[in-house]
Amino acid sequence: MSALLEVSGVSVTFDGFRAINNLSFNIGIGELRAVIGPNGAGKTTFMDIVTGKTRPDTGTVTFGERSVSLLSLSEAQIARAGVGRKFQRPTVFEDQSVTENLLMALKANRSPWRVLFWKPKVEDMARVQALAAQVGLADQLARKSGELSHGQKQWLEIGMLLAQEPRLLLVDEPAAGMTLAEREQTTAMLVDLAKTRAVVVVEHDMEFVRRLNCKVTVLHEGSVLAEGSLDHVTANPQVIDVYLGRG
Amino acid sequence: MMPKTYLAQNRSVLIFIACLALFTLAITLMSEAYGAPLISTSFVKTLGKTLCLCLVALAMDLIWGYAGILSLGHMAFFALGGYMAGMWLMYARTEEIVVQALAQSPLPATAEEITQGIATQIFGVVGSSDFPLIWSFAHSFPLQMAMAVLVPGLLALVFGWLAFRSRVTGVYLSILTQAMTLALSLYLFQNDSGLRGNNGLSGLQNIPGLGDVGQDKLSIWFFWASALALGLGYIALSFVVSGKFGSVIRAIRDDEQRVRFLGYSVEGYKLFLFTLTAIIAALAGVLYYPQAGIINPAELAPIASIYLAVWVAIGGRGRLYGAVIGAAFVSLLSSWFTGGRAPSIPLGFYTVNWVDWWLVLLGGAFVAVTLFAPKGFGGLFDRFSGRRSPDRKGAALGPDDGSLMEKEAEA
Ligand SMILES: Nc1ncnc2c1ncn2[C@@H]1O[C@H](COP(=O)(O)OP(=O)(O)OP(=O)(O)O)[C@@H](O)[C@H]1O
Ligand SMILES: [Mg+2]
Repeated sequence: MSALLEVSGVSVTFDGFRAINNLSFNIGIGELRAVIGPNGAGKTTFMDIVTGKTRPDTGTVTFGERSVSLLSLSEAQIARAGVGRKFQRPTVFEDQSVTENLLMALKANRSPWRVLFWKPKVEDMARVQALAAQVGLADQLARKSGELSHGQKQWLEIGMLLAQEPRLLLVDEPAAGMTLAEREQTTAMLVDLAKTRAVVVVEHDMEFVRRLNCKVTVLHEGSVLAEGSLDHVTANPQVIDVYLGRG
Repeated sequence: MMPKTYLAQNRSVLIFIACLALFTLAITLMSEAYGAPLISTSFVKTLGKTLCLCLVALAMDLIWGYAGILSLGHMAFFALGGYMAGMWLMYARTEEIVVQALAQSPLPATAEEITQGIATQIFGVVGSSDFPLIWSFAHSFPLQMAMAVLVPGLLALVFGWLAFRSRVTGVYLSILTQAMTLALSLYLFQNDSGLRGNNGLSGLQNIPGLGDVGQDKLSIWFFWASALALGLGYIALSFVVSGKFGSVIRAIRDDEQRVRFLGYSVEGYKLFLFTLTAIIAALAGVLYYPQAGIINPAELAPIASIYLAVWVAIGGRGRLYGAVIGAAFVSLLSSWFTGGRAPSIPLGFYTVNWVDWWLVLLGGAFVAVTLFAPKGFGGLFDRFSGRRSPDRKGAALGPDDGSLMEKEAEA
């Protein structure tokens, strides 16, 4: 499997504190990967680096077949290159309807002039309908997204990511704060998503990770501690020591 | 279901245009020039100027109410537009006078003599008799009108590029825009700024080529032009804030980081809006100053741009008609109070003189609106339209400084 995302030798220091320490790993095209690790392991910071929010002190991050360096691109350019991100807390535009949120995310030219004169075509509205149905919000289209439940907001955000049609999806703790039923639906959604694109899921919940049934990377103090199947990494004594044993 | 498009919002646009047309007709029929002389020419001018202020308020609402960028410098662009228009007005008008004077001399005047004569007339007050470089296009109406758009537009583009590229937001951006308008005003106060220092440009009410037309007629013509500009501005901006573009800028107001991760260049959008609104402000200034008759550097004082924000806040941020109502109401009230027409209130031990106390009243009203009626005048309309605020237990609609407050939002 050739790599879609290659992170190598990346380090980040915040005020002398090394949040990411010589981190290297690859994500293959169409791969589903779970990233676990204790609080403060650097999971969110890793996503910040890939999406351009945080600039690393050293290292390289390349993306796609032509190995484009992401470090010289802005957040918006990285997003347009095909990296989508879901935040730890659901972040949708609360003052706008589900439809408006999805339309904004829909893959299309992003320049101000083109957006100003853009009109939704019939197929765009059909796509919005389909996306909403896919994330279980088909009958909520006209509602302001601020009125949705926590779980529904998470799904709307996933729907927006789908609308962007990214090649790589970074998902930060999608199951946090969800009910059991919502978690199950979310797992199904993510597994489904990974059929057509690479997905990296950060999650604390072991049950959730088990259901994803994919390769697992354990982060600890900013670097990779272990990698492999869930059973493989949970059998690793170091992992048990820093993470599972304490949990 | 289709999202709210321009057509869906057309109803409020139509209502606005109808009200504006009726108002224009009524004033015309009451004017000295075209109807029963019920209102004075100077009041027609006040109303015409007010319409121009409403147009800047629209621009302010777009950038602050919709995009959350609290610019406190937009009156600088307004005044710059006025200066650019004023340059042509003053040049062409002085040219007429000089040509007439020289016609009396036995030899026909050369082009150089005429130019020299104009320069001496205009710059005598600042002890100069040469045209500074910035007056290069003042002889030509189309060129100088192009300058009226280009100069404020380019200033906004450069300033905005520097500020937004470094991701200056919130209070820091507001302070930066205040600094910009202050610096510009101080520069113009200098005699060698090329724009006559603190004298400013005057006699702008005399329109070149229309010397025979009385001010009573001219005032109505400018009133019509101002009403037309406001109407077109309203239609254009209601198009801008509808549809996906409107969605994106409201999203930037509430959570700009999230918008970046959707692939939109937030800086590009801000720059676009900043420049667009600067140009609208400049055009409003072009129409305003011939009605005011005079422009000087005090017009760029930082307080002017703060008033602009106050008008929009009192009218109700994030709805275009709110900005228009706020600007019209507050600026008309202000000219009533400060014009000495408001009766003083004798309290026995102290007499409340409105010329002095108006600002205190305005400041108090601003605080009261912010605290108790954040929807401003817009809130009054909600009673008829049935629009409600969401129940979010006080949470704003996004994490950013400029994001919509709970009470401003629609459920
Ligand atoms: N902007 C920042 N400034 C200073 N320190 C930071 C910053 N961002 C992250 N850190 C620190 O870096 C470390 C890694 O944080 P990060 O958010 O990546 O952890 P995480 O693995 O996502 O944890 P959690 O499971 O709690 O979400 C933490 O100790 C955090 O305090
Ligand atoms: Mg985290």
